[in-house]
Amino acid sequence: MYHYMTAHQLAEEIRKGNASASEIARSAMDRIERLDPEIGAYITATGDRALEAANRVDERLAKGEAVPPLAGIPMAIMDNICTQGILTTCASRMLYNFIPPYSADAYERLEQAGSVLTGKTNLDEFGIGSSTQGSAFKKTYNPWDLGKVPGGSGGGAAAAVAAGMAAFALGTDTGGSIRQPAALCGVVGMKPTYGRVSRHGLVAFASSMDQAGVVTRDLRDCALVLNHICGYDPRDSMSANVAVPDFRAGLGEGIKGFKIGIPSEYFGEGTEQGIKERVQEAVKVIEGLGAACDEVSLPHTEYALSAYYIISSAEASSNLARYDGIRYGYKAEDYTDLEELFVKSRSQGFGEEVKRRVIIGTYFLTSGKLDVYFIKAQKVRALVKADFDRVFEDYDLLVCPTSPVAAYSDQPAGKGDGHPLNTCLPHTFTIPASLAGLPALSIPCGFSEGLPVGLQFIGKPFGEEALLRAAYAYEQSTNFHTMHPQV
Amino acid sequence: MKYETVIGLEIHAELATETKIFCGCTTRFGGKENTHCCPVCLGMPGVLPVLNRKVVEYAVKAGLATNCTINRFSRFDRKNYFYPDLPKAYQVSQYYYPLCEKGYLEIRGTFGSKKVGITRIHIEEDAGKLLHDAEDGSTLVDYNRGGVPLIEIVSEPDMRSAEEARLYAEKIKSILEYTGVSDCRMQEGSLRFDVNLSVRPEGSNGLGTRTEIKNLNSFRALVNAIENESARQVKVLESGGEVVQETRKWDDVTGKNTSLRSKEEAHDYRYFPDPDLVPVVLDEEYIDRVKRELPELPDVRSRRYVEEWGLPEYDAGVITASLPLASFFEECVKEYGGDPKAVSNWVMGELMRMLNEKGIEADGIPFPAAHLAGILRLVDDGTISGSAAKRVFTEMFETGEQPKVLVERLGLSQISDEKVLTEVIKRVMDKNPKSVEDYRSGATKAMGFLVGQTMKETRGKANPALVNKILKQLLDE
Amino acid sequence: MITKREVEYVAGLAKLALTYEERDRFTEDFCGILEHLNRLDSLDTDSVEPIACILPYNNVFREDVVEPSMDGEKVLENAPDSLNGCFRVPRVV
Ligand SMILES: [Mg+2]
Ligand SMILES: [Zn+2]
Repeated sequence: MYHYMTAHQLAEEIRKGNASASEIARSAMDRIERLDPEIGAYITATGDRALEAANRVDERLAKGEAVPPLAGIPMAIMDNICTQGILTTCASRMLYNFIPPYSADAYERLEQAGSVLTGKTNLDEFGIGSSTQGSAFKKTYNPWDLGKVPGGSGGGAAAAVAAGMAAFALGTDTGGSIRQPAALCGVVGMKPTYGRVSRHGLVAFASSMDQAGVVTRDLRDCALVLNHICGYDPRDSMSANVAVPDFRAGLGEGIKGFKIGIPSEYFGEGTEQGIKERVQEAVKVIEGLGAACDEVSLPHTEYALSAYYIISSAEASSNLARYDGIRYGYKAEDYTDLEELFVKSRSQGFGEEVKRRVIIGTYFLTSGKLDVYFIKAQKVRALVKADFDRVFEDYDLLVCPTSPVAAYSDQPAGKGDGHPLNTCLPHTFTIPASLAGLPALSIPCGFSEGLPVGLQFIGKPFGEEALLRAAYAYEQSTNFHTMHPQV
Repeated sequence: MKYETVIGLEIHAELATETKIFCGCTTRFGGKENTHCCPVCLGMPGVLPVLNRKVVEYAVKAGLATNCTINRFSRFDRKNYFYPDLPKAYQVSQYYYPLCEKGYLEIRGTFGSKKVGITRIHIEEDAGKLLHDAEDGSTLVDYNRGGVPLIEIVSEPDMRSAEEARLYAEKIKSILEYTGVSDCRMQEGSLRFDVNLSVRPEGSNGLGTRTEIKNLNSFRALVNAIENESARQVKVLESGGEVVQETRKWDDVTGKNTSLRSKEEAHDYRYFPDPDLVPVVLDEEYIDRVKRELPELPDVRSRRYVEEWGLPEYDAGVITASLPLASFFEECVKEYGGDPKAVSNWVMGELMRMLNEKGIEADGIPFPAAHLAGILRLVDDGTISGSAAKRVFTEMFETGEQPKVLVERLGLSQISDEKVLTEVIKRVMDKNPKSVEDYRSGATKAMGFLVGQTMKETRGKANPALVNKILKQLLDE
Repeated sequence: MITKREVEYVAGLAKLALTYEERDRFTEDFCGILEHLNRLDSLDTDSVEPIACILPYNNVFREDVVEPSMDGEKVLENAPDSLNGCFRVPRVV
């Protein structure tokens, strides 16, 4: 009965004494036990810890003590986020046994806010992928249609929240790993401005774009959780030392007078008809709320995917070099010398897609290729950013589809099969904001052939408030966020 | 055919910071293996580097002290390669935008004096240590040194002999000591030399194929390796062979110089800007501040000794080369108050001799400067003779005792009491009437004999000057 | 275009071994990928400054103050192979 309540509803129930933290934790764990065998959202469920934590909350309440704002709220954490003393695998055989002696900054903050950890969720190995079929341990399926993928790489987080196996989830978004699965699973997914949330404890994929974010079931929860994970952290040189407002404060102020751009490049032939229609309907609704929507152009959008592929693969090739079988993680059994220890451990520890990206990423950095690919991509990145800077001179926000496709069946190789960059293709519309470091979120805006469609809002740097406010206004005039999969 | 050796040096110096370059772990030398480590310097997943402010300050100091241009914009790059001592499988360094460039140093030696160009000084992190003495024959890795901040000082190929290379390296060492940028403890590996060396027919100005000799950590090793390698290359060329571009290893113990082409795989380090670190951008004000904080550098100090204190160029050079020696010298001059030249004679002579004999560095002089000043004063006021002073000094070096105490214990104080001496001399004259006669009849050299006898009587303690004076008076009566 | 030999060379730099089947498949994939990426050539970027860091930050420092390190056991907790408080690897000369 608690599983589809939002975090703020649960917090309210707990404070009023209508529900105990342990009841809520138990119901979440029961749900995981019942549903996850089919969905496969979790790599590690942490039931015992959850119940202990919940009991502590109840004890404090019983003593009449004040509890922190998220006390007793069940949360899931993507398994590429370090949780001290808890297995953190990145869905890779390479880290099948890695127990970090430290926690990610965002996780620490949520723990301090009282949230109760239900478990670590599945992802494409090291966050490299868009279907959550590339995990070394299991595939995750879409709660709306178990024959379909949940998107990725954070498909486990999105599926867990969509299926009521956690009130919210903390994930990472490098090229869309929170927003795109949120869209495919019919939940809210947000990636704040690069630098808003500390990267400390996020296992690196592409450092210049990695950003922690949240998956929730509605906008108010999104704002609520954001309040707790944002903030300066001296352990991350990229951490922004800027004030963090109460993101809930302005939620209800509406969007009269907002100028919203609709980038035409996001409605090309690569975008499914059903998705175009839902998004165009959503734009009508937004106009109805008093915002002025004009078509705008981001001419370099078509190059963003290639630039992203080069930069992310190159950075990954260096970030994933530390997995050599010496200090932690997987080590090959049989080797005769150092070279074999390195090569066998890495060749056996990494999955196919990771190897593919590491090899081509290495290629992009080799002498002679660096300028042709990596530096070129960094220049294209500048052009993509310039596109955004230009339209944001005249517009407050951009609205567009989150994903060109709805949930698809992964048989045999999924959407974009045959396209050379097929593993990134589903992120085509989330990547530009990642390259530009902009805040962006996806919220449900209806269904196409019974599958959820995501509406993406992209904002100015550190413009999360406007972003949330607009998305909230839209959400409140629709009821998609109240719909849940039949599981 | 005569050959000329062309030498360039890459000098790695560990900076004298309290903490590592990107984390709060101590840089203290030694300590139990892997106890000066944290997730950051172990390269664990998800943790990030944050640059130590002091590292930039020290590197700027080094740049200013070696006449470099300090770049207003510098940045960190990743040098990617796999090795067990490199926890992230990349070394954070400055490849595309180093902090300092285009400097030079002046060296003086038998060849006269010349400028050695400094191409660049960049910041980077040190690697861990591999230990090969495990009982089971495996190699063990200790990351205590991993992440200790280094500067790499890259010279132009401007040196032509082992002597020039040694003088340049010594100059770098003393500058780093003076500025406090590095403690330069060579036995702890905090100052290491890589040599790039090629030979060419004298007179030609093309460059021959060069080899690199890595990780020399004493001046002796530097000189021996250079002499050995240039001889080897000349032999190769003279036997009609070709020098192979390669990295070579110098074994200080066996004096062997062997090829180290262990890494078969091609070296492509794939340098690219580290996405976890932001650029370092410095303004005039900052650089001026650091400049103002620079201490007096060896060359300036040396010139002062020559111009103000009248020391010989050579002595001034030797004394100022080592900061602790120069400091000892100056304190001694202050304590003594007399002629600095007299002090430098002692430092250059007895002190250096004892230090070399005992193999002690100047920072280990076993007595305070005041003691040496004391000896000089005792000589001046005639309490002891010059030869006695040397005995006192030698004893003082062993025991560290006060000169006065030693003079007493060794019974070295001179007889400077005229009455006492007059009596002794009269006795000597009575015993040697012949010599007295000879003198008075004009054979004045007889006086020398009488002086000798007087000294003998007093077992060398008589103040020679007084003896001469009194004896002359008595004889001339 | 990228050749099988180049793929093997780059895999070597990344300390990865490929089966012949993998090598051939990857080479084919990479050729397609590089061909697609070469569309970037049509963009004139001569006058564009490459973006290495999306944030306009400079000079982010920590002070030179010692913080406690990890204790020895913790350092080795995740180590697949260790001896005498050190990480153990095959003998390297
Ligand atoms: Mg170096
Ligand atoms: Zn450390």
